[in-house]
Amino acid sequence: MLRYIIRRVLWAILVLLIVVFITYMIFFLLPSGDPAVRLAGKNQTPQLLEQIRQQFGLNHPWYIQYLLFLKHAVIGDQYGWPGLGLSFISKVPLKGIIFSRIAVTAQLAVGAAIVWLIVGISVGILSALRPHTVGDRTAMGLAVLAISMPVFFLGPLALYIFWFKLGWLPGTGYYSLGQYGFGTWFSHWILPWVVLAVLYAAFYARLSRSNLMETMSEDYIRTARAKGLTEKRVVLKHGLRAGLTPIVTVFGLDLAALLGGAIITESIFNLPGIGQLTVQAVGGQDLNTIAVITLVAAVFVVVANLVVDVLYAFLDPRVRFE
Amino acid sequence: MPEPLLEVKDLRVHFPTDDGIVKAVDGLSFTMAAGETLGIVGESGSGKSVSFLTVMGLINKKSAIVEGQVLFQGQDLVQMSNDELREIRGPKIAMIFQDPMTSLHPFYKVGDQIAEMILAHEDISKKEAFVRSVEMLRRVNIPQPDERARQYPHEFSGGMRQRAMIAMALSLNPDLLIADEPTTALDVTVQAQILDLIDRLQSEFNTAVALITHDLGVVAEHCHHIQVMYAGKIVEEGTAEDIYYRPMMPYTWGLLRSLPRLGHDTDRLTPISGAPPSLIFLPDGCSFSPRCPYVFDECHAVEPELLPIDGHHAARCHLSLEDRERIVAQEILATS
Repeated sequence: MLRYIIRRVLWAILVLLIVVFITYMIFFLLPSGDPAVRLAGKNQTPQLLEQIRQQFGLNHPWYIQYLLFLKHAVIGDQYGWPGLGLSFISKVPLKGIIFSRIAVTAQLAVGAAIVWLIVGISVGILSALRPHTVGDRTAMGLAVLAISMPVFFLGPLALYIFWFKLGWLPGTGYYSLGQYGFGTWFSHWILPWVVLAVLYAAFYARLSRSNLMETMSEDYIRTARAKGLTEKRVVLKHGLRAGLTPIVTVFGLDLAALLGGAIITESIFNLPGIGQLTVQAVGGQDLNTIAVITLVAAVFVVVANLVVDVLYAFLDPRVRFE
Repeated sequence: MPEPLLEVKDLRVHFPTDDGIVKAVDGLSFTMAAGETLGIVGESGSGKSVSFLTVMGLINKKSAIVEGQVLFQGQDLVQMSNDELREIRGPKIAMIFQDPMTSLHPFYKVGDQIAEMILAHEDISKKEAFVRSVEMLRRVNIPQPDERARQYPHEFSGGMRQRAMIAMALSLNPDLLIADEPTTALDVTVQAQILDLIDRLQSEFNTAVALITHDLGVVAEHCHHIQVMYAGKIVEEGTAEDIYYRPMMPYTWGLLRSLPRLGHDTDRLTPISGAPPSLIFLPDGCSFSPRCPYVFDECHAVEPELLPIDGHHAARCHLSLEDRERIVAQEILATS
């Protein structure tokens, strides 16, 4: 088991190195002009350009810059650990920006995840236990509808109805828990959470329904019934355990992908998260910020993969012994 | 005659589908005495599994229409609620299945799965239940049962898993063990071990065994009585001797002729021609008539009754007894 985990960790590190390497290649080798010229503004002098190149490390070839980027990320730079360098646009250290952005995105992603897990899985279970009934068909019909409604449609629609027309919920913007208190914080999160969760909830409902239905037709469920167990125990202990385990994999990756930035939701609800930062950085060709965001997103996905693999080995004994 | 352990009376299990009603079991009647071994033989789709799943109450009542009576120790299992049936499953009637690879839950330790069954019916501690499950594994000849009880099903071989299933099934000392093709998924050498084990445990536990199989060779050696099923009905029943040496129904003849036998110089086995009938559109008259080489007009018109021949021996066939005896002597026993 330990060897398995170590092997997985080494793999994860290799994947991260490759991801950052490719990001560097793309943004440096794609012709986007001399970054120093763009940064220098209107009154450019050779001295200023040289100074900027020094400050941002642009006087090195791209592969040296890549290695310096890695070196700083691992051992830190003058702004602390992990060393993420400066934003090319705002010229402030990225570390603080990135962490405050992650905090916002994490609130969005985790809150939405709680909503979609509760709603999606319970609807899926209820449907699976009463398949082809009116309730099941209604739920699955709504799920198809929800899956086909993108956030950029649902978000403005929800804002229009619940904020502008009915006034039940506040509008866009981020109100931190520490500064504004629980009520304001929570009420501002309801719409983003729900809007982001709708598509996932529908997907999880369908996934858990089909997984559980398949499990309930397995031979070992018939054995459990033949043992004279109560139907409750057959479903809860024998059915759900095997039927819902595959969802762990999907959930880990979905959550990780969202932690790397929910670009559309953050843009619609004006939430200063990683996704919004990505849009700004790409628009301003802020190379260092793009590289850092890519690294952060990749770290989330790779770590989630790792956690899922290890967790799965704990949940399913057949994986453990391979 | 003492009260039979199991008495099935005119059992019908029909599944309504979009294409019509599938008559999986269509008027099945038989009795089993305590401690008896009954062999049920037939092709896939002959209703042998469905009838015993109905006995266990494991047929989904929403998708099936069940009629008739299944009297077990005088109680009608068909009329019982799920909770009442649950009390029967395990302590009274236990069942083992065809595929031991998929019949145990892959996520739980084998010993715990056996203990779970004991705990569902007896008020003892988890620890005691586990000790008993180890003891049961020992009784089915699993080496190092202590260790094995703490392993998962995928660490067992197929034969060992079936032993574990048998250990589980017998852990509450049931009156009836239903073995639904218990050896079909196993190697030939392991098959013999499993059947011998069932034999031995049957006498130790004094359990009646219903052995469902498609293999006449298996039932001959291990069963007191044999029922041959075709299209949801019994077409012939009798002792192993009757079925083997004096079969009185063309379908049984076909089964016998399709068996390989040692010491006979036959190059090819003789299969039964045609396919089993659709259980939705059963042929008029005798269900076997479309495939029967001895068919005549009456077979297509009138369904034959299950008529006694002597003692327990009975068969469904319109051919005269003399004709059948002649065919058996000249064609069946001589060539097979």
